[in-house]
Amino acid sequence: MSVSRQPSGASAERRQEFWLGARDQIPILVGVLPAGLIFGALGKAAGLPDLVVQAFSLLVFAGSAQFVALGLVVSNAPSLIIILAIFIVNLRHALYSASFSEHLAHLPPCWKICLSWLLTDEAFAVASARYRRPEKENAHWYLLGTGLALWATWQVSTAVGILVGAGVPESWHLDFALPLTFVALLIPSITDGPTRLTAVLAGLLAVGMGALPYLFGLVVAVIVAVGVGALAESRRRVRSTGVELE
Amino acid sequence: MSEEALWVVILGGMAATYATRASFIVFVPPERMPAWFRRGLRFVAPAVLAGLVATELVGTGEALNLPLGYPRLMAGALAALVAWRSRNTWLTILAGMAALWLMGVVIG
Repeated sequence: MSVSRQPSGASAERRQEFWLGARDQIPILVGVLPAGLIFGALGKAAGLPDLVVQAFSLLVFAGSAQFVALGLVVSNAPSLIIILAIFIVNLRHALYSASFSEHLAHLPPCWKICLSWLLTDEAFAVASARYRRPEKENAHWYLLGTGLALWATWQVSTAVGILVGAGVPESWHLDFALPLTFVALLIPSITDGPTRLTAVLAGLLAVGMGALPYLFGLVVAVIVAVGVGALAESRRRVRSTGVELE
Repeated sequence: MSEEALWVVILGGMAATYATRASFIVFVPPERMPAWFRRGLRFVAPAVLAGLVATELVGTGEALNLPLGYPRLMAGALAALVAWRSRNTWLTILAGMAALWLMGVVIG
């Protein structure tokens, strides 16, 4: 390959990563679609101006936090309380940010700023599977593809929900595609004993503490489970380097 | 709630959300994180996914989602089995959705 062909080869690779990311996000989009429709329809039903409902999706762009905020708006909570609630519901995203910080460290600031904007549960779930695979130099294009696919779907489904209502019959259970996709992503993320321990513990704790408001239980469950997993791993390493047990 | 107050909520909510997502990526380079913290990061994905899956399938606290939760829990367990054997996302979703729909038809 000649030197002049190099950039086009690299850009083809980037494009490929981008579309792969968007494609791998499709199963999740099936589950996200009804949520967007419902948000649009609920916002409208609550009597908010169309533009305001859409602006929630455009600017806040955070599924569960938007539903919590809408509930608080309807019950006339003070603005500051609602903003605080949004912050708490989204606290788990700081963990995603920490987790991806190393992968994105080499990128220029504008990339970091844009990719942070798109770092939802769904983008994190799909892209963290990508970051477990090798050849990561263009993986940020993959993350961009997953993030933008979700963002576009969220905007369109909110708009349709506002304009024509939720539309999808509940009996289709389309929303179930979301947890199912998370199942499909969870299983391969369990690669050894410590990750298995982490997953089981996080599941149990999240259910046990699920009654805490604003997904606070989920955040605490994840932090505790991550800590226990890391501890189990370091103990295992000490054991395997100390005596040859393995 | 006035429309101005709604815009305050939206802009404040935007800033709050963005603060969480940008926190480490934009403001804390990995070399400034302590080693124990970085070791923990590979456990974030399995922990969050397990937490989300468990709460969606089983429900939480007093809202433990039974009996509606039972078909979803069983369909989710079947999907986990398919995911484990096949490592295929579409097959996993297909199995889980089909199971849920079938149970809906059978149970009514």
